[in-house]
Amino acid sequence: MIELTNTIAFTPERLAKAQEMIARYPEGRQKSALMPIMHLAQEQFAWMSQDVMDYVASLLNITPVEVYEVATFYTMFHLEPVGKHVIEYCRTGPCVLMGGEEVYAHLTQKLGVKKGQTTSDGLFTLKEVECLAACGWGPCFQIREKYYMNLTNDKVDKIIAELSR
Amino acid sequence: MKILTEHINTPGIETFDVYRKKGGYTAVEKAIKTMGPDAVVEEVKKSGVRGRGGAGFPMGMKWSFLAKPEGVPRYLVCNADESEPGTFKDHYLMKNIPHLLIEGMIISSYALGANKSFIYVRGELMYVIHILEKAIEEAKAAGFLGKNILGSGYDLELIVQPGGGAYICGEETALLESLEGKRGNPRNKPPFPAVKGLYQCPTVVNNVESIATTSWIINNGGEAYAAIGIGKSTGTKLISASGHINKPGVYEIDLGVSCDEFLNSDEYCGGVRKGHYLKAVVAGGSSVPIVPGHLFLKTANGEDRLMSYESLSDGGFATGTMLGSGGFIVFDETACIVRNTWNFARFYEHESCGQCSPCREGTGWMQKVLNRIEHGKGSMHDIDLLVDISKKIEGNTICPLGDAAAWPVASAIRHFRDEFEWHIKEPIAATRPGAVYMKESVLV
Repeated sequence: MIELTNTIAFTPERLAKAQEMIARYPEGRQKSALMPIMHLAQEQFAWMSQDVMDYVASLLNITPVEVYEVATFYTMFHLEPVGKHVIEYCRTGPCVLMGGEEVYAHLTQKLGVKKGQTTSDGLFTLKEVECLAACGWGPCFQIREKYYMNLTNDKVDKIIAELSR
Repeated sequence: MKILTEHINTPGIETFDVYRKKGGYTAVEKAIKTMGPDAVVEEVKKSGVRGRGGAGFPMGMKWSFLAKPEGVPRYLVCNADESEPGTFKDHYLMKNIPHLLIEGMIISSYALGANKSFIYVRGELMYVIHILEKAIEEAKAAGFLGKNILGSGYDLELIVQPGGGAYICGEETALLESLEGKRGNPRNKPPFPAVKGLYQCPTVVNNVESIATTSWIINNGGEAYAAIGIGKSTGTKLISASGHINKPGVYEIDLGVSCDEFLNSDEYCGGVRKGHYLKAVVAGGSSVPIVPGHLFLKTANGEDRLMSYESLSDGGFATGTMLGSGGFIVFDETACIVRNTWNFARFYEHESCGQCSPCREGTGWMQKVLNRIEHGKGSMHDIDLLVDISKKIEGNTICPLGDAAAWPVASAIRHFRDEFEWHIKEPIAATRPGAVYMKESVLV
């Protein structure tokens, strides 16, 4: 698990990036920067704790609840602590046709976790997600920005081994 | 005819220099230096190009609805939220040839008089967002974006906006809410975005593929575009092909190519995977009615079916389907229709925004009833119950997600009712791992 420090703050680079994002919308429409900044925050803090969400609200000068309501609507924001690698596995029809359920069964067995759980060593969190727009290259999952496609049991073994190193 | 994908395999085409060498940005020069905004709109109207996100509404007409009150900014928003199961063409286009979209955005923004335009990309595609942002920087450095483009006095800024993982944001008013930093709840219409859209200003929302066609249309003329295709299905269409075929991938077709050729020729899908039979097809993304293989290949009247808006919908929902987003999913005899229908129902339950009761409650009910049928616990009454729920959702919600959830269920029961009955009558056989109902007469 990633430990959060008590004082939540962006790194100087991310803060500059966030300010750039805020400035790009028309005057009075700065709230549009909310989701871009939330992605930036999750990149640094791994998950959206209340402290993180309150920090984001302070940057945009909006009420914290405006961040909470967005964080709970969209599925990409983690509302609980996550492992080092969050595996977001596509469970939708086209991937299933390509053997997605069999590969998923292999993956859960290998990691010893069910959906939503984190491995005891804190390395992997497994999430089931809906269609990732990679149907012709299924089965697939995503870890942060990277897509892993045309998955097979062997391929999954290799990916897990590599990320466990 | 390859309009969008002609250069997609050229090494380095994602860079400005290579794209430019292949004739890129000449359409921007032509539009801005030699045509006025109205002339650009006129060419797009003449092309007859229809919205490629799924609705198929003529793009030029959509543009002409844009209100133009004095002193109020207008916005163009590109819908790159591609989330319809079976659809991955915009993903493919943006990651491989980002400048085609950027060039289209410049032309379209110029035509509509927008000085700040947005590309709303689903958040999962963060790596594609970085590709687009790089392309924007390159275009800006070359003078095609920013202040006073090509010395014309026209200014344009492009912003790439990430989503957060919500299918509903592909609906244009939900997308606009999301872009304003809110939950993606679709808005009641009217007012339509053309009058009150982003920040309550006049707004046009177009799909990636639609916007990407504009450079070819400007270079070659709307009439040349309209000469490709068939009838009111003009031009080319990207089809994302997945499922049980030999060659899954993205293909650009002339609208009007026969369904048989698209499925079976080596130029496209290469046929149903070796040694298997065609059972069913979802021709335009998970929302459109599923049809048995024979009704995909031929209409109820026995005519060859074509990959066009009109031909695919021939026969209405009784025997036809829709072109939709071009998310083409093929099922062979090993696929269980009940399981797939349950899978899609689960998708819509998960993705319903919860605003309208018929959709919020109905999608959950359909998922639960399908779940119990799939797992051998259904009753015969459940089949009619599903049809009843689907009818009560359809047409009773403020956005099309309700219809999108209802149609796959209703069509699966319409065409594969005996498969549902088998799950109910033979629960032990039906729930054995890998068990699939076999009815050879339905296979092609």
